[in-house]
Parts: sequence; structure tokens; C-alpha cells
Amino acid sequence: MLAQFGYGTLVLSFVVTLYAAGAAMLGVRNKSLAQIESARRAMLLTFPLVSLTALVLITLLVSNQFNVQFVYEVTSSSMPTYLKVTAWWGGQAGSLLFWSFLMSAFASAVTLHKWERDRELLPWVIVTACVTLAFFLGLNIFFENPFAQLYQTLDGEIGAYTFAPAGAQLFQPVDGRGLNPLLRHPGMIIHPPMLYLGFVSFVIPFAFAIAALVTGRTDDRWIRLTRRWTLWAWFFLSFGLVLGGRWAYDVLGWGGYWGWDPVEIAAFMPWLTGTAFLHSVMIQEKRGMLKQWNMVLIILTYCLVIFGTFLTRSGVLSSVHAFAQSAIGPAFFIFILATFSISIRLLIYRWADLRAEAEMTSMLSREALFLFNNLLFMGILVVCFWGVIFPLVSELFTGQKVTVGPPFYERANGPLFSALFFLMGVAPLSAWGHSTWQTLGRALWKPTLIATAITVFLYFTYTEKPAALLGFFLVALVLLVTVYEFWRGARARQQSHKESFFSALNHLTARNRRRYGGYIVHMSMVLMAIGILGIEIFQKETQGQLQLNQSLNIGGYTVTYAEIADFHYRDGHDVTRATVKVYRGDAYLGELAPRIDYYYTPSDIENTLQRMTIPGVRSTLADDLYILLVDWQPATATSATFKIYVNPLVNWLWIGCLVFLFGILIAAWPDKDAELVPARAKNKAYQSSAADD
Amino acid sequence: MNRQLPITIYVLSLALVLTALTAGRAFAQGPQPPTDDEVNAVAKELFCPVCENTPLDVCPTQACRQWRDQIRSLLAEGKTSDEIKQYFVDTYGDRVLNEPPRTGFNWLAYIVPPLVILLGALSVVRTLKGMKKPVVVSPAGGADRSEARRLAEDDYAARFEEEVRKRK
Repeated sequence: MLAQFGYGTLVLSFVVTLYAAGAAMLGVRNKSLAQIESARRAMLLTFPLVSLTALVLITLLVSNQFNVQFVYEVTSSSMPTYLKVTAWWGGQAGSLLFWSFLMSAFASAVTLHKWERDRELLPWVIVTACVTLAFFLGLNIFFENPFAQLYQTLDGEIGAYTFAPAGAQLFQPVDGRGLNPLLRHPGMIIHPPMLYLGFVSFVIPFAFAIAALVTGRTDDRWIRLTRRWTLWAWFFLSFGLVLGGRWAYDVLGWGGYWGWDPVEIAAFMPWLTGTAFLHSVMIQEKRGMLKQWNMVLIILTYCLVIFGTFLTRSGVLSSVHAFAQSAIGPAFFIFILATFSISIRLLIYRWADLRAEAEMTSMLSREALFLFNNLLFMGILVVCFWGVIFPLVSELFTGQKVTVGPPFYERANGPLFSALFFLMGVAPLSAWGHSTWQTLGRALWKPTLIATAITVFLYFTYTEKPAALLGFFLVALVLLVTVYEFWRGARARQQSHKESFFSALNHLTARNRRRYGGYIVHMSMVLMAIGILGIEIFQKETQGQLQLNQSLNIGGYTVTYAEIADFHYRDGHDVTRATVKVYRGDAYLGELAPRIDYYYTPSDIENTLQRMTIPGVRSTLADDLYILLVDWQPATATSATFKIYVNPLVNWLWIGCLVFLFGILIAAWPDKDAELVPARAKNKAYQSSAADD
Repeated sequence: MNRQLPITIYVLSLALVLTALTAGRAFAQGPQPPTDDEVNAVAKELFCPVCENTPLDVCPTQACRQWRDQIRSLLAEGKTSDEIKQYFVDTYGDRVLNEPPRTGFNWLAYIVPPLVILLGALSVVRTLKGMKKPVVVSPAGGADRSEARRLAEDDYAARFEEEVRKRK
């Protein structure tokens, strides 16, 4: 009953969303403010409606209604309540509904106030947001109904149906299959919502861009209005990627955090265009250039967001045939094609209006370097995009499936990332408008010299590998330039304002948060790069079968197998845990306990056994010792196989991630909106003068 | 008794030497079982066709464990890494390799990205060249100066540069 009610509210949300889009378009055509206002209110109504739908789904999940297919697939009665709630985005149908929920929340937040100053943009923002929302709600209604129930038909078959087939009996499984254990990790509980938050919030700047294109308001108003949205979108997307990496490191048990898996790349691609966009909008704001290009970037970001969801949701990655079999794939495909071609059509229509207001005066100016930065981001995007779709292309044309794995991406992206780092070191020192080799050289020679000295030092003390040395040189250069920028700014302010150095630094950052928040992000990239260089170039691994008290040696560590034991947990999962003692030289460092968790779920329809390999990790700033229990002899339990990684410097990656998020927070934290302050002040002045009268 | 001793010693030492020699030969020539690390080094570059996108050396499934055992026995037979990879390609197709083989249609995988990036780079350079107006260097630097000033006015960085210059 509740399930049908949920489906009802879902359909109602869909209808209201379509109405909002239609009313907004009609309102523009009829120049009717009333119709647009009606559209806006309908848009606002979608949020409570979708929330109600979500609430119904959560109720079903929490109350073990296993006759609902989705509930059966992602929960089991032994799961704790919080996991039953988060199981909402643990499966296909639920995660699509989660998308819609966020979309309606954001669209409502944006349309909550009436945009008096930008009234002509409003209807088109509503149209864009509603079309996107309607698409996702439609996927739930027509293809992936989270409220479909299990029925047993007359011939005994069990299947999921939205409406009961004739003569079929509702089928009530005793227990559900339970959430995939891999998804029970805290990182995986927060990772999808963060990623989706990032994905969905990029729709907002896109909606404003489309509104600007349709209405012909091609100044940078749309960029200024959505600047903070974009930064927050970037924050969430970045945070989602980081959490995904951490999850992989902690749970997947392959010694790394990023495997160039198509699913990872699907989320990484909109991040690339989004990052390029964040950089190049600055040129439009400062110099009135690259307007066309910014439109291209935001359109690409939107399409890649949808494409990313498509890749992960349609099953196309395992095979193009899976794509053809599920109805959801073609629906996505058509939607992406349609939105992309309409957006590009609009862009071409306004192309002439988006011409640059200023001209490039130097190939070394800040804006020119920004352009190269964009080129590099696009280059990485091309590599990623082609790498992801090539197996599909190959299967389509030759029938042969191929794998595009890490070596492909690393070989192609390594140089591009290095070049990006070089730019990160150079660009902050170049001037807007005009820069020459001399001015740039004057600013750059000192940091270059010190970075070279550091590299030479590392050559004699740490490594002779050229790739590593180049990496460390670039890292040092960026770090020095960025620190120098902070130091220079703070010194100047210290002298002009007679402040202490630290309060000058503080005020400097507070006054120019986007700029210095950006520099903090640059520094975080340096820290992350140190971690990545460490694991990519210096990772060591070994594997061996040990008898009790035997040892493996790797990278100065000695790992001794001490014991192994089985545990049975009340929620039905088993754990086999080995204990090893870790020594460095003769010094005893402690015990680690790599383990394997088994989740066995007996069920009416099919039994499942899933295992998780959880590493034992000893983490320091110098390196991580990462031990996996690969195999053991259950009968005697005297021998076990361990795989051991030494991941040098990898902790700097996580530290960098924290600094990164801090940097974005500095840049994006809401403050008094410069755009709104004068209006508000005027308002107040008017009120007070009226009161005086 | 005394006469027999040297012979006994001789026979014994001969036996000892022979044993040592044969043992040595066995040690030098006999098949040494491949280590886990050697197996993983090969497995690292392979993907099984079932587990999506998980390199064989870290894949925990039973099927992949059997593949690794197969690699082990092939290594024990004296096969090289390339021969083993070829064996898996012959049996399961190109998708077991971690990159498309550089043959025929697959060349597209390697050609397209650099080509597109090159085109992008060319168009960026062309845009820059096209946008770049000839800088008029007047002796007084009048036009340039005013352009610079205009930039300085709306740009924090330039203002800041000015500040620093003044204080030097």
C-alpha cells in the first residue's frame, strides 16, 4: 500500500515538474509574469513532493518491507537502521531518486527568491532545471521504479512489477539480500552523496548559462550569479572523489586509491572541465574574454555529469550489449544528445554576441597562460574520455572487447599533469594583460634556483630516478612560488597597515579569499603530488606464504606471522583475522591485523557470499606499511599468504586532500554578497528616510 | 685392517663428493618453484575477462586465483612473461591485456588523443595570434601606458605590484 503511495507521489512530482517547465516557457512566450510565477511555485512544490517520495522509500527500507524489490535487494533485517537509511543510494533505483531529490532541492533553493534584478533569466533557469529533473524522475517512473513489488505469477515465477499482474500473488521474502558489504564502509556511505551533490550543483551554473544564452544576456552576469554555486559544486565533487579514493585504499585491498577504473574516470571528467571552467571564468570577469569558451566548458561539464551518471548506471561499461538490453541506456543516450545539441545550437546562435571585449596582448600574460591551462585540462579530458569509450567503440566496430588500463592513462596523463604543474608555478607570477620573458624571468629565477637546489639535494640523498626528480622539481617550484606569493602579500600589507605578519596574512587572505583560497588549493596539489609521486614511483610490494613465526622482509620492515583466528559476529558475518608483528631493523613497531570479512546472506531467491579484504595498515608521514591477508590454510591454520606493500609518502596525499578542502572552503565560504549589499543598503536608507518622514 | 682403511676412506669420500655433485646439479638445474612475486609480476599486467577492471594480481575471486595458479605452473615450465601473456590472449582474447595491443583498429586508441590535443594546441595558438594586436610602441609609451593603467585600475594584482614597487 505504502509502495503504491510512493509511486503515486513520484508520478505527481513528475507531472508538477513538467508543468513548471511548460508554464515557464509559456510565460515567456505570453510575456505573462503570472505564468512564470506559477512555474516558479510549481518548481518549489517539487521539493516537498520528491522529499515525500524519498521519505516513503526510507520508511519502506527501515521497516523491512522485503516484498518491495528495491528493499529486498539492498537491505536485510540484521542491518543497523542507519545503514538501512543510507541503502537509499546503495542501488540503482534509489540512487536515481536521490539524484532527483538533490536536483529539486537545489532548484528550489535557487528559485526561492524572485530574482527581481535578473527576472528574465528566471524562467529559463526553471526550464533547464525542470527538464533535468523530469528526466531523472522519468527514469524512476518508466524504467527503474524503486517501489516495484515482488509478485509470484500463476506459473510460479517471481518478478518485480509496478502493478500486480493478473492473478499474481504478492511475494514476501523472509529476508533481504543486504547491502553489498563494500558499501557499508563510512567512506562509501558519504562518497555517493558527495559526488551527487557535486554533480547536481553543476546543473545550476549550467541552467544560468542556458538562460543567458536564450535571453541574450551575454555579459558575465550569469557567471557572477553562480560563482559560489560553482565553487561549492567543485568542493563536493572533489570531496566525493577523495572519499572514493580513501574508500578504495581502505576496503578494496589492492594497495592503491586510484586504478583508472572507468567508474572513477566518469566522476573525474566533469571535475576536469569544472576545474578548467573555474580558472577561465576569471579571465571573463577580469578581461571580458573567453566568453564563448566558458559556455563550451559549462555545457561540457553538464553533459559529462549526465554522461558520468549514464556510464555508471546503464551497465554500458561491461558491454555495449548490456547497454542495448537495458532501456535506461538509450534513454540516457538520447537525453545527452538532445541537451548537448540544443545547448550547442544556442551557443552558435549567440556566438557573435559572445565576442571578446579585449585582446590578448602577450603570449605570456596571465590570460594566455590560463588558456594553456585550459588546453591541458582538456587534453587530460580527451585522454580520459577516449580511454573510457574506446573499449565500447572497439566492441561496436570489431566485435573485440579490449581493456584500457592504468598504463594507458598514466603514460598519456603524466606529461600533461607535469605541464599543468609547471603552469601552476609560472602563472601566479605573470601579470594580466602584458607579460614578457624579462618580467616573468625576473620573478621566476629565484624560485627556480631554489627548486633546482632542492632537486640536486634529493638526487644525492633520496632518488636518482629522472621522473621522480622532475616531479619533485615541479612540486618544489609550485610550493615556493605559492609561499612567496603569500609572503609578498603579507609583507606589503604588514608595512602599509602596520600589522604583525600573521595578522597581515590573515587579513590578506580574508580580503581576497578567492585568490588566496585558490593558492591554498595550489599548495594542496603540491602535497597530493608528493603522495602520488611516492606511491607511483617508489611503491614496493612482495607476497609470500608464511608458517607461524616466519617473516617477510620488505623496504627495511620485517613482518612476522604471529597467529590467525576466526570470529563470528552476531549480524551474521564472519571474520578471519591474522596477527603479524612488525619490526624495523631490530625495533619492534607493533602488531597489525589484516583480515577478511565474509558476508553470507541466505535468502529465498538466491544465497550470496561476499568477501572484503581489509588491510592492516601502519601509516606514517614517511610511508605506509599495508598488509593484506591473501590466503590461508583453513584446516591447519598454520600457514597463510600475505601481500605487503610499502607505499612511501602516500599520507601526504590525504593531508593534501584536507588542505584542498580547506582551500575551497576559504574561497567559497559565503560572505556578504558584494552584488546584494548596495541594494540592501539602499533599501535600508530608503526605509529609514521614509521613517524620518 | 690398516690396509683397508684408505680404501674405505676413498670410497666414502668418493660417495660424498658424488652426492655433493649430484645434489649441486639438482640445485642448479632442477625446477625451482616460482615465487609469488614472480607470479604477481605477470598477473599485474593481465585482467581476467570476468572481473571488470580489476588487475589479476589483486583480484580476490576464486577464478582469478586459478588464473594465478596457471601462471605459476606456466612459469614453472619455463615460459617467459610474454609467452604467458600470449597464451592468455590466445585463449581469452585481447581484453586480458591491460592495454589494447598495438595492431590494426586498436591503433586508434593511441592516435586519437595526441591528434585531438595537437589540434587543440594549434587552435589555441591561432586564437592567441589572432587576438594579439600589434603593440604600438610610441616613444612616449602613451597608448601602452594608458592601457596598462586601465588594467591596473581594475586589477588587484597590478595595484599590489604597484604597492610593492613603491615600497622598495
